[in-house]
Amino acid sequence: MIAMRIVVPVKQVPDLVEELELNSEGSDIDREFVKFVANEWDEQALEEALLIKEAVGAQVSVVAFDEPDVDQTLYTALARGADEAVKLTGAGDGWLSTAERSRLLAQWLSGQSYDMVITGVQASDDLDGQLAGTLGGLLGVPHASVVVGVEPGSGSVTVTQELAGGTVVRTEIATPCVLGMQTARQAPRYAPISRIRQAMSAGGLESVEAPGEATGPTDGIELLRLYPPEKAGRAEMISGDAPAVAERIVEILASKGLVKL
Amino acid sequence: MGNDVVVVVEHDGGVVSDTTFELLGKGRELADAWGGRLVAALFGEPELAGELGAADVVRFAAGAELGGYCPEAWEALLLNVVESVGARLVLIGTSTVGMDLGSSLAARWHAAPLSYVVALRADGDQLLATSQIYAGKLLADLRVTAPRVVVTHIGGLLPSDAGRRAGSPAREEIDPGVLGSLKSAFKERRVPDGGGVDITAAPMLVSVGRGIAGQDNLELAQEVADALGVPLSASRPVIDQGWLPKPHQVGKSGKKVKPKAYLAFGISGAPEHLEGMRNSELIIACNTDPSAPIFDVAHYGTTVDLFDLLPELAERLGD
Ligand SMILES: Cc1cc2nc3c(=O)[nH]c(=O)nc-3n(C[C@H](O)[C@H](O)[C@H](O)COP(=O)(O)OP(=O)(O)OC[C@H]3O[C@@H](n4cnc5c(N)ncnc54)[C@H](O)[C@@H]3O)c2cc1C
Repeated sequence: MIAMRIVVPVKQVPDLVEELELNSEGSDIDREFVKFVANEWDEQALEEALLIKEAVGAQVSVVAFDEPDVDQTLYTALARGADEAVKLTGAGDGWLSTAERSRLLAQWLSGQSYDMVITGVQASDDLDGQLAGTLGGLLGVPHASVVVGVEPGSGSVTVTQELAGGTVVRTEIATPCVLGMQTARQAPRYAPISRIRQAMSAGGLESVEAPGEATGPTDGIELLRLYPPEKAGRAEMISGDAPAVAERIVEILASKGLVKL
Repeated sequence: MGNDVVVVVEHDGGVVSDTTFELLGKGRELADAWGGRLVAALFGEPELAGELGAADVVRFAAGAELGGYCPEAWEALLLNVVESVGARLVLIGTSTVGMDLGSSLAARWHAAPLSYVVALRADGDQLLATSQIYAGKLLADLRVTAPRVVVTHIGGLLPSDAGRRAGSPAREEIDPGVLGSLKSAFKERRVPDGGGVDITAAPMLVSVGRGIAGQDNLELAQEVADALGVPLSASRPVIDQGWLPKPHQVGKSGKKVKPKAYLAFGISGAPEHLEGMRNSELIIACNTDPSAPIFDVAHYGTTVDLFDLLPELAERLGD
């Protein structure tokens, strides 16, 4: 029997802990000095794929576009237990919109055999949870997003999706399908630096020409302005060191009658 | 091209969500501006149509298994609705259902997807939208010229009263044949047990996020909570790591809370978190990152280290 193949698309996102500056045209963030990190939800997707591999056997392929520091992310995936890492090159300089990312990935996937594509539920830049659904729609296969559990069967998987307030629904879905992973059954495993180095020196990263190039922003949506939220509604910042701040917080709570001084 | 606006009705356990009413209100405004109809798409629980008076038409599908939510079934029904009415705009909440259906509907209906929308208005025959990006650190004002657009809108930002109207919309059943060749089957719907704590009933909450950096450190926050006599709550990553049980989670996929005071430690203020607590009467946030979006909704803020602040607070609040 041929083992199941699971494809996990991953991407790099700006580290949101750092200050985001706009470029001189104000049309995008300035990507020059931004630190890029792996999208945290992609790590959930990879973890679930690896758990399935361990339980029932599967070939896990990780795929990414050529983005800043993406090699590190791909080698980390190999060190965690992925079988294959593919880097799609030549799609364009730097950043791809969701629409283009989905279109190019769908094109690449249609030339591949796969049972499941597991994406992260969303990326914290402007992907906003559109990849799993868009891929499903473009590939013409069923999809489910906000997934918190995957039970592989034969020719199908039973997925658990989380609705509001922790209510969950379970659905059996025929494979091939696309799943957007919210939370894997266990926290993403740690890959020791030594193993990442090993993966790097083994050089298991496969570079493949992307099936096309970026063609520009989404049709029919014009960006008028990009800006940080108004400062007007912002919090009054309490100054001083921790004891002074604690003092003030207690005062505020007392003034509302919430604690007694 | 039509001018109809379609709102997807979300319901859970026979109750229509507040966000649905908010969107019905907004949908009414836009449909009126463009001279189109407001169409409510209701899958499962057809008796809920009686609450959808803001709409001109309710397109519904019956079937108990639909009520539990099955992505492929809902997608097939929704595609049928948007194609059979003259829709130009579909509105869904940025919920699981919205995230799940919005993008795939856009791909299959050849529409432009807009997500994490926080504001929408008609500008003549066009649509202006504001979207949150970078987890709320930036806003994008957008002009939509696409003839078809699917919007997922953040809940809790619009008045829901606008959508709660009496009326008797036409009821039209969707041809069940639409569900003929599905590759998925609904299995079950499970509601979690409460686990003893009800954070929605607490007068104050001490809430911790990923900044707490480890389960052992929860003790520091617990001491403050104990001194105040209130429970701990948390952001999703704290729950996902297993540091606190699910009933303690605040946010879109957790509980919506509105305490007299919400004290947030090491929480960045991602849109999904804000959705659950932004209406608290008083919000005090501690975060070492001065640009953390939590400070946009907090009344008071501090950038001191939570590991320095929590013991100081415990000391002053303990008797
Ligand atoms: C479909 C979906 C549903 C979701 N539902 C929810 C939900 O219901 N609730 C929810 O919370 N999230 C939810 N999320 C997750 C959400 O997107 C964010 O990932 C999450 O809210 C971030 O949690 P956080 O603020 O604790 O962590 P982070 O974003 O990592 O923020 C940690 C913060 O701590 C600060 N910090 C670090 N160290 C210190 C220190 N020593 N002192 C002070 N501050 C410090 C940092 O500056 C940072 O801002 C959902 C996501 C999706 C996709």
